[in-house]
Amino acid sequence: MINNRTLLICDGLSCKTPHKVQMFNLLQKKLEENDLINTINLVKTSCFGICSQGPIIKVLPDDIVYVNIKKEDLDLIITNHLLQNNIVDKLLYINPLTKEKIKKEKESKFYQKQYRIALRNCGLIDPENINEYIAVKGYEALATVLTENTPLEVIDIIKKAKLRGRGGGGFPTGLKWEFTAKQPGNEKYVICNADEGDPGAFMDRSILEGDPHSVLEAMIIAGYAIGANQGLIYLRAEYPLAIKRLTIAINQAKNYGFLGKNIFESNFSFDIEIRLGAGAFVCGEETALIHSMEGKRGEPTKKPPFPSVSGFRSKPSSVNNVETFANIPSIILNGYEWFSSIGTENSKGTKVFALAGKINNIGLIEVPMGTTLREIIYDIGGGIINNKKFKAVQSGGPSGGVIPLEYLDTPIDYESLKEIGSMMGSGGLIVLDEDDDMVKLAKFYLDFTQDESCGKCTPCRIGTKRMYEILDRLTKMESNPDDLDILEDLAINIKNSSLCGLGQTAPNPVLSTMEFFKEEYEAYAYKTKKHTYSIIANKCIGCTKCAKVCPVECITGSIKNPHIIDESQCIACGACYTVCPVNAVEKP
Amino acid sequence: MVNVKINGIQIQVPEKTTVLEAAKKVGIHIPTLCYLKLGDFGIVNKVSSCRVCVVEEVGKSTLIPSCSSEVYEGMDIITNSSKSLNARRNNLELLLSNHPFECLVCEKNLDCELQSLADELNINEIHAKGEKMKYPIDRSSNSIVRDPNKCIMCRRCETMCNEVQTVGVLNAINRGFSVVVAPAFHLELAYTSCTYCGQCVAVCPTAALTERNDIQKVWRALANEKRHVVVQVAPAVRVAIGEMFGMEPGTISTGKVVTALKRLGFDAIFDTQFGADLTIIEEANELVHRIRHGGVLPMLTSCCPAWVKFFEHQFPDMLDIPSTCKSPQTMLGAIIKSYYLKNLDILPRRLKVVSIMPCVAKKAESARPELSKEELKNVDYVLSTREFGRMIKEAGIDFAALEDSEFDSLLGESTGAGAIFGTTGGVIEAATRTAYEMLTGKSLEDVDFKQLRGLEGVREATVKIGDLDLKIGIAHGLGNARKLLESIQAGKSHFHAIEIMACPGGCIGGGGQPYHHGDQEIIKKRQEAIYKIDKSLPRRKSHENEMVLKLYEEYLGTPYGEKAHDLLHTCYVPKERI
Repeated sequence: MINNRTLLICDGLSCKTPHKVQMFNLLQKKLEENDLINTINLVKTSCFGICSQGPIIKVLPDDIVYVNIKKEDLDLIITNHLLQNNIVDKLLYINPLTKEKIKKEKESKFYQKQYRIALRNCGLIDPENINEYIAVKGYEALATVLTENTPLEVIDIIKKAKLRGRGGGGFPTGLKWEFTAKQPGNEKYVICNADEGDPGAFMDRSILEGDPHSVLEAMIIAGYAIGANQGLIYLRAEYPLAIKRLTIAINQAKNYGFLGKNIFESNFSFDIEIRLGAGAFVCGEETALIHSMEGKRGEPTKKPPFPSVSGFRSKPSSVNNVETFANIPSIILNGYEWFSSIGTENSKGTKVFALAGKINNIGLIEVPMGTTLREIIYDIGGGIINNKKFKAVQSGGPSGGVIPLEYLDTPIDYESLKEIGSMMGSGGLIVLDEDDDMVKLAKFYLDFTQDESCGKCTPCRIGTKRMYEILDRLTKMESNPDDLDILEDLAINIKNSSLCGLGQTAPNPVLSTMEFFKEEYEAYAYKTKKHTYSIIANKCIGCTKCAKVCPVECITGSIKNPHIIDESQCIACGACYTVCPVNAVEKP
Repeated sequence: MVNVKINGIQIQVPEKTTVLEAAKKVGIHIPTLCYLKLGDFGIVNKVSSCRVCVVEEVGKSTLIPSCSSEVYEGMDIITNSSKSLNARRNNLELLLSNHPFECLVCEKNLDCELQSLADELNINEIHAKGEKMKYPIDRSSNSIVRDPNKCIMCRRCETMCNEVQTVGVLNAINRGFSVVVAPAFHLELAYTSCTYCGQCVAVCPTAALTERNDIQKVWRALANEKRHVVVQVAPAVRVAIGEMFGMEPGTISTGKVVTALKRLGFDAIFDTQFGADLTIIEEANELVHRIRHGGVLPMLTSCCPAWVKFFEHQFPDMLDIPSTCKSPQTMLGAIIKSYYLKNLDILPRRLKVVSIMPCVAKKAESARPELSKEELKNVDYVLSTREFGRMIKEAGIDFAALEDSEFDSLLGESTGAGAIFGTTGGVIEAATRTAYEMLTGKSLEDVDFKQLRGLEGVREATVKIGDLDLKIGIAHGLGNARKLLESIQAGKSHFHAIEIMACPGGCIGGGGQPYHHGDQEIIKKRQEAIYKIDKSLPRRKSHENEMVLKLYEEYLGTPYGEKAHDLLHTCYVPKERI
């Protein structure tokens, strides 16, 4: 029967912005009105990845993807596609570079170069229905492990798969499990770090919202491997949907016997609890996370001892990130040979990145390690907005650095990024174009880190504040060249002597922009930077729009004659630039 | 044993040794700031927060804190590479860039660890200047002044307040640059459960926490000819004050203290040890009364004001077990303001009592309303040992060169039992000496109850008194006191009497003593000196203090009697835990 179709609609957080929130309910109502509700399977799923195009509806089995859907488009989809089998052309995704319309997911370069392991189920299954997860081999890995493998064998598989921590550090997951397993004692913990705090990063949220069972399954497997009976998910309270779906998933898993006593009739019992964080960036650092879970102030302590030796309640604990966990079931089911065949020599598998900034296809992507930035930005990302010139990519959030043009063809993995002075971090990629100011970018990140510092150690508490103050002075043209030396000394000292990883990496945005874009710092320090707008006289048509819009009234000129900006008064608000119909206003 | 290399020197040290300790063994000094260790008192602060003691570990890209990093086989450390020296200097500069430059008029001038370190690390310029913290100074309490702007986040006070004392008032709050150690919600100390034990003051490396300075009030009283100013000195003061004048820790300077007080112009100089002997008579009588009449047991000592405030906040439902005896300073104060006053031809309010105490809680104690009689406080002004030392310096008295003098008569007389009030275990030992003779009617030959001495945090002992096995508990440090009280609450421990002192070591380690700067040997030497004083005195049992006996005969009547109750006993008020 022709209308035995499935409609997948994204219910992720970014697709639920106020004007889009009713989409699912509306669609349901309209299907009822058209008497289709019994023949069409409407599924509320999670992020498809290409968030800039949301809300998205995917029609199966036709495999047609409709993007940027508005309320009034629903009727079109129903009458044209569902009832008359005509694809609605105007709702198809348009490749920003080639301008061609893409009907199917597989035709889109956005998906072509991707390889989904962690995100394998996101956007495909109903995350609130455990049966849908089971239908895609959910909990099979757990069953295999519990019935066929010893804990040591499980650790061995993960070690041989060469999976590394996806939260930023890149520590080999198998080794972490092994250390924890080797510790004496019966009381051990599996901790899932879901305190995703990097500005612009949302891969963990998408996984938890889209495929919560994969994380639960992996945690149970980890518990079996290291000899723990309790799992804890440290989740930030700002992720209400993830909390809701995880809670549902945990209850379902308990009802199905995947959590609780004697799982799959083995001797192994395991339980999972959610602990909510109050939104402190530093609580993503594992020792701080553990202190926060214990009800203490969320601040890091010196390592060693590592959590694998002395973690939650001073017991051995393995702390792994959401994305790391999401890889585990596939590794068990497909074998370590399969997983380790993907990626580069030292970085195996895939990595999820959050693409943001001046790029056409903003969203979540998952690519094999070793994919170049050029492929990510131009093939998957659809290039720079308005065809502007690429300047750099900020990777790794506030702990990372910028990757300039000359490294566009570097295969991305843990080592290569570190080499450049950036880091993988949790996978935020912010694309910058020719208009972006690198000093202001660094200032943005330092403002974030100095504000989010837990304040425990001197270099991070006071040092990042002083760095921010210098950057602030620089961008306000109130600085002097000596400040650059002080800034560099501070950055190096904070990197060398801070207590935790977050402090040690806090200066990276400054160090890397100073490395590649020193001239921009110098322009500020030597006050050679042009910081006001100006009008190109031979382009100006004298329309007077700029003069009318200028809030400080510093633009003068008569009608049909070139106007002039009084640069001593200009506050660089950019209003004239925006309003000029002939691009006669020049940016600072 | 593990082999490590420090600056190229190969040494063997036991496992668990820190890099700092290992370096010290080969004569290498690594500066520290937040680090504090008084191991024998169970006090350790190694939060690794200041990043001043960082050193380079060969093969590691980041520096490691030497105070908290343990050595391992084959470890290779360089303590003075330019990388670590730069980091050390840079971090200290950062701390100074956020510190008020008020050194010349600061309470801690020349006694400040931050100041000494700036000198040691050759800081002569702050490169990265910027905004400084601007918090209001908390002068709400009668004991402690808190200036958050001088806080360098070493967290020592927090360790004392939370882990050692389990009072839980001081904690890091806020985040980023605004982080400061303070009571929750920036409450003022006076509105918290702070006991004013002053252990935070004792360990603060800067002047973020100091005692309230009452020196000017005392100078003013001394300068006023209409005032008759009497002073009393606590037992622990005389074994510590010498440290402020370059004398060896543990030097006994009782005679010099009296001379110095005379030169400062006090009208009469009495000994708090007299008050201690008086306390013992009352307390021993109370204990015997409780034992004989089926009263509440155990009986807890009540001479430590921080302890009193602690149990009022933390154990408000157990207020019937502490002794109702006032502390020695307020007992003596009450006697001065009644018995002594009656022979003076002055208006009562013109008689002022000053106490020199090793304690900052005594300042708040003297302000308690129930420790006044007819609007007149038992004690008017309390000075810490440190404040006393500063007055001596200010008055141009060469303390070390002073001749000895004797306390003024009657209220200056004391026994060895009164002297040992200054150390943990002392009060209960003194009480036992008296209770023994009261209960048995026999003379006690060996007065040294060695089983009650020592530095262990919680001690238990049984003293055979005739047929009675007197079970005694001792705790010093409020955390230890809590343990003891909780075990009583749970019905696990059964004692007749318990001595509790809030400060680790007792009054010798008090919050008002000269700063030990983390050297626990200083506190131990003070303790040795206390026992030396006890041994040297002709009388070592409180009930043999002839002047105390005379006081009862002439004025108070029977011990634990009506007049004694009126003057020497007090009551407790349940308080909230905040």
